[in-house]
Amino acid sequence: MENKIDIQNIKGEFDIFKNHPTLCYMDSGATSLKPRCVLDKMNEYYNMYGVNIHRGVYELSFKASNEFDIARSKVAKFINAKENEVVFTKNVSEALNEICLMLVDDLKEDDIVLTTELEHHSSVLPWIHASKKKNFKVDYIELDENNRITFDNFKKALKENTKVLAITLVSNVLGYVTDIKPIIEECKKRGIITIVDGAQAVQHFKIDVKEIDMDFFAFSGHKMFGPTGVGVMYGKEKYLKQLDPVYYGGDMMDTASKEEILLKDTPHRYEVGTPAIAEVIGLGEAIDFIERIGFINIQKKENELRDYLFNEIKKVDGLTIYNLGTDSPILCFNINYCHPHDAITMYDEDEICLRAGHHCAELLSKHLKVNGTLRASLSIYNTKDDIDRFVKKTKYIVDFFKDFF
Amino acid sequence: MNSDIERLYREVMKDHYTNPRNKGLMGYKESSHKFNPSCGDDITIEANIENGVLKNVCHSGQGCLICCSSASVMCEVLEGKTIEEASELIRVFFEMLMGSLSDADLTKYEDALEEAFVYQGVSKYPARIKCAALPWKALEEVVLNHK
Ligand SMILES: Cc1ncc(COP(=O)(O)O)c(C=O)c1O
Repeated sequence: MENKIDIQNIKGEFDIFKNHPTLCYMDSGATSLKPRCVLDKMNEYYNMYGVNIHRGVYELSFKASNEFDIARSKVAKFINAKENEVVFTKNVSEALNEICLMLVDDLKEDDIVLTTELEHHSSVLPWIHASKKKNFKVDYIELDENNRITFDNFKKALKENTKVLAITLVSNVLGYVTDIKPIIEECKKRGIITIVDGAQAVQHFKIDVKEIDMDFFAFSGHKMFGPTGVGVMYGKEKYLKQLDPVYYGGDMMDTASKEEILLKDTPHRYEVGTPAIAEVIGLGEAIDFIERIGFINIQKKENELRDYLFNEIKKVDGLTIYNLGTDSPILCFNINYCHPHDAITMYDEDEICLRAGHHCAELLSKHLKVNGTLRASLSIYNTKDDIDRFVKKTKYIVDFFKDFF
Repeated sequence: MNSDIERLYREVMKDHYTNPRNKGLMGYKESSHKFNPSCGDDITIEANIENGVLKNVCHSGQGCLICCSSASVMCEVLEGKTIEEASELIRVFFEMLMGSLSDADLTKYEDALEEAFVYQGVSKYPARIKCAALPWKALEEVVLNHK
């Protein structure tokens, strides 16, 4: 692996700041910015060996296939899985949908899928939709007074016929990290299949799927400094060896006739057609990038940023903050008397990028009884200066709209 | 600092947001409901059309300042206009928001658009065009259905 990267000078790795020197990007929860090495790696694929994989027997195709396989092996190591447990999808949403579609045939009427109101739509809507067709139930773990998932409330929600748990590891709106291990342990005792949405986790701390021991896990490349268009569906080998894929066609079968399709082994049976080759290879590079910085350094910097952000924002009157004491560098708030979208436009004037709305988690908005919130989500390239600018502008907006009433 | 958007907020939206005109549904026969799921803007427009004239227009709903004030301004500007006049101004309003109205047309329609003319400023904020347009889209639908 290449040399270590100094997190204090990390901005220099992201060329977008050359094009927007005063960009204050606080929407990394939606997607992270991409470091130069990832883009260079994707260019290397296109320029040096940009052909299809696993098809040609010529040298270039061999090289491309090899790089693709190396990326899979990097992903496997990254989450401590086996290579045949790592399936590439286009994003976490597709992965979570596929998992739902593959499992849903085994659910009977009156079975229960347990989930939470903290979920991103991609974790819960596939189940809500399927439940209408098949008449099983979707139940929700009651959130505590801080809107967290707790083990006690999880236990209370368990029923005899709970068959599946679909749960987020980190809330994309509130940044809370679910205390997942005891929950998974309990599910295992009861034979409940567990699916964990890791979209907001993998970029912040080390995930070990063997240690957590969930049955399925999924995440997107683009939130962890990788390219858009690639995601990962992890499943335990015992499931992936026997489940029926959702998609059929090229590259996923050994032989086919009118009578019979003989599927390839996992992971290939789940990867139909030409995959996002450059993106998969780019994701491998993003993992190298993270490892060259080190999760210890990432956590340290993100925690510092988070603490500074909350310290400063708490001094501003006229706000409602929804996630004090959060675990991630995410602030969820509203400016009193100001619609989130009006605030966004004011921030935008100063090149401060925030997200407004339901953040694809409308069940949570309904639970909080709000018509949307503002979210500032930080990453390693943010600075205290960004936070100062953000806080100053926030005060300005508070005063501006206060004047309206 | 006094950017275009702030001027826009100060000059018109503040007035119409805090003191909205024609707010509250009256039960007129023709109506349309529009919703913008990305930000939750949610507007219902009702109109009472007599002899080809928009005799009364009212609105209700919730959303951002740009959307809610735009509904209020629209009611004030278009009430009393004929269907033809209203259709033309709705079209012109959309073109103005998109930034595709010629300078000559801007001058030509400035008086007819009255306060709605200020929403020209929104054209610089592409992400917000749909907010300003939403109530007008609803009324456009009412007018089209009437024909
Ligand atoms: C927790 C969580 N789950 C799922 C998703 C969906 O990610 P994607 O759009 O990459 O499929 C996101 C991000 O938007 C997320 O934050």
